[in-house]
Amino acid sequence: MAEYKGVIVYGELINGKLLSITTELLGGGRNLATALKEDLSCVLLADTVGETPKEAIAFGTDKVYIVEDPSLKEYQADTYIQVVEKLAKEISPRIILMGQTSIGRDLAPRLAFRLGTGLSTDCVDLSIDSETKLLLQTKPVYGGNAQAIFTCESMPQIATVRPKTMSPIERDNSRKGEVIPIKVEIDMSTIRTKVIEKVKEEVAGIKLEDAPTIVSGGRGIGGPEPFKTTLKELADVLHGAVGASRPPVDNGWIPEAMHVGLTGKIVAPDIYIAIAISGASQHIAGCSGSKTIIAINKDPEANIFKEANFGVVGRYEEVVPAFTKKLKELLAE
Amino acid sequence: MPGVNMIVCCKQVPDPEAPPVVFKVDPATNKMTLPPEVKPVIGQYDEFAMEAALRIKDKAGGKITILSLGNKLARDVVKKTLAVGGDELILLEDETFEEGDSWSTAHALAMAIKKTGEYDLIFCGRQSSDWDAGQVGLGIAEILGIPAVPLARRVEAVDGKVRVERVIPDGYEIVEVGFPALITVTSELGSLRYAALKGIMAAAKKQPIVWKPSDIGLEPSQVGAAGRRTKLAKLFQPVKEAKGEIIEGETPAEAGTNLAIRLREAKII
Ligand SMILES: Cc1cc2nc3c(=O)[nH]c(=O)nc-3n(C[C@H](O)[C@H](O)[C@H](O)COP(=O)(O)OP(=O)(O)OC[C@H]3O[C@@H](n4cnc5c(N)ncnc54)[C@H](O)[C@@H]3O)c2cc1C
Ligand SMILES: Nc1ncnc2c1ncn2[C@@H]1O[C@H](COP(=O)(O)O)[C@@H](O)[C@H]1O
Repeated sequence: MAEYKGVIVYGELINGKLLSITTELLGGGRNLATALKEDLSCVLLADTVGETPKEAIAFGTDKVYIVEDPSLKEYQADTYIQVVEKLAKEISPRIILMGQTSIGRDLAPRLAFRLGTGLSTDCVDLSIDSETKLLLQTKPVYGGNAQAIFTCESMPQIATVRPKTMSPIERDNSRKGEVIPIKVEIDMSTIRTKVIEKVKEEVAGIKLEDAPTIVSGGRGIGGPEPFKTTLKELADVLHGAVGASRPPVDNGWIPEAMHVGLTGKIVAPDIYIAIAISGASQHIAGCSGSKTIIAINKDPEANIFKEANFGVVGRYEEVVPAFTKKLKELLAE
Repeated sequence: MPGVNMIVCCKQVPDPEAPPVVFKVDPATNKMTLPPEVKPVIGQYDEFAMEAALRIKDKAGGKITILSLGNKLARDVVKKTLAVGGDELILLEDETFEEGDSWSTAHALAMAIKKTGEYDLIFCGRQSSDWDAGQVGLGIAEILGIPAVPLARRVEAVDGKVRVERVIPDGYEIVEVGFPALITVTSELGSLRYAALKGIMAAAKKQPIVWKPSDIGLEPSQVGAAGRRTKLAKLFQPVKEAKGEIIEGETPAEAGTNLAIRLREAKII
């Protein structure tokens, strides 16, 4: 049997920079590697990786495996899985970490099934059991109404990690590490899906993940218009972004990019204002990391009031304009 | 074209939208306990998957076989898939199927799909509404060695191929793939249609086919809890402190104004 050793992070990059989920994974992975007294490494797949290997080292990795190939310019499941499967078999890590991102959600299950091992998705905490040395994988279940700790005795142990649940280590550009280029022959004949077109649904203004304040609307908003007027005005006053629960997205009132929750984006702004959102666990999963949650809902029994730091009971059509007006005055002082 | 041969995987789960307070973990058994008023339903994303298959059947014709794995499945719940227009319901039903993980579930479903014979498209939900794993669909595709397109919000079958609009972080992409293929479906596809009276009556008369592990060529040791790759070490509920402060006013508008004042006081803005 091969010996499984070390922790490996599947890194994601865009425009020559590591995504924040990757530095978070490196931070979390570092702790696991230290507990195991083994190495932390990172794999980077792209047409060109640019300066990202250096960045990965500065954020704590010991080794960076890079695979550069023109066919890796954009994520394509059938190409990427080949490379990742080959790397996993060659490196035989004890633990593989990926982000619970669009790519991680797609790649991790495929990889786990190919390798014949278990996987826990959407983990919010990872640690090493000091006795068994197994990875303890904590993940929310039942929409966030409980958490489960899983272990997996088959190797490698694979987990995807929810964004914003782990902290990167302080960047240190003087850290030393090894960069290992790997050549993988990509068999284009295994590519069975063809992307005909990519359509961007532009969202004007600040990106949801980066916004310090998010004003989210739910089904109770009633239609697309108030997202552009009432909610947008409030968001503008606070230099924030507009978001939503799932129903407004499903109803086509606003684009998917604004969807917050378990199956949408995970956000952790300073202020999260939930308007006409009932506060289902699956929605709260996406915003519970916010510093302050404010709820506006006409139903005093709505679950959102259990999650909120501040709440107002009332129809949003009446509450929000007055709230926005007063905020404007206060902020102008 | 003789129509599209489709399989939809639907899981019976406790209503995921039951109020959070009713979800209680029993630490002795490491299990979720729910009061009887929380009714079982078909997983939300599995309903969307069912709708995706029905839309293809509307246009191109064909057959829809529903697969559901579990134990003591409520007939009125799983039969909803027949009432809305499914053609055949196969239950993988046995106590040994209980408490599986994504691995053992995908394995059993894939073996059952093999046994059904020919298929063009398999539909799954993007994730189950209880364990929220999001693995079984892609797992089935890997086991069967067929391509998979996850997160479909629109699906159309044309000339032995399927065209999928799949959700990506800042928009969507249009992907084409030949039969057979597996597709996982997301909520933007749209809700499952209501059953017409005719469908409900037809479904009432139909009996599901029930398969045991041996019917799909598996030993009891390969399914359910025994066949797991991941072990559940602990199920728990982190304690939440109630922290809410309700801001009042003579009118809702005044409460809105007071909220702004309170936030300034608390130095939040
Ligand atoms: C596996 C799974 C994953 C899911 N993922 C997500 C996810 O990622 N994100 C997500 O959001 N949901 C998700 N859901 C769905 C979730 O369970 C809820 O259905 C959804 O969050 C409800 O959205 P809502 O609060 O906007 O709507 P509702 O629950 O219908 O609530 C509407 C609220 O608006 C209030 N209201 C109505 N009119 C007014 C008014 N005029 N003024 C003030 N208040 C008003 C009502 O009192 C009510 O509280 C998921 C579900 C499942 C099963
Ligand atoms: N027990 C089951 N019976 C039928 N289908 C299932 C079962 N478990 C999972 N699935 C299918 O696989 C999808 C993803 O499940 P999961 O990986 O558990 O999140 C679900 O949306 C269903 O379509």
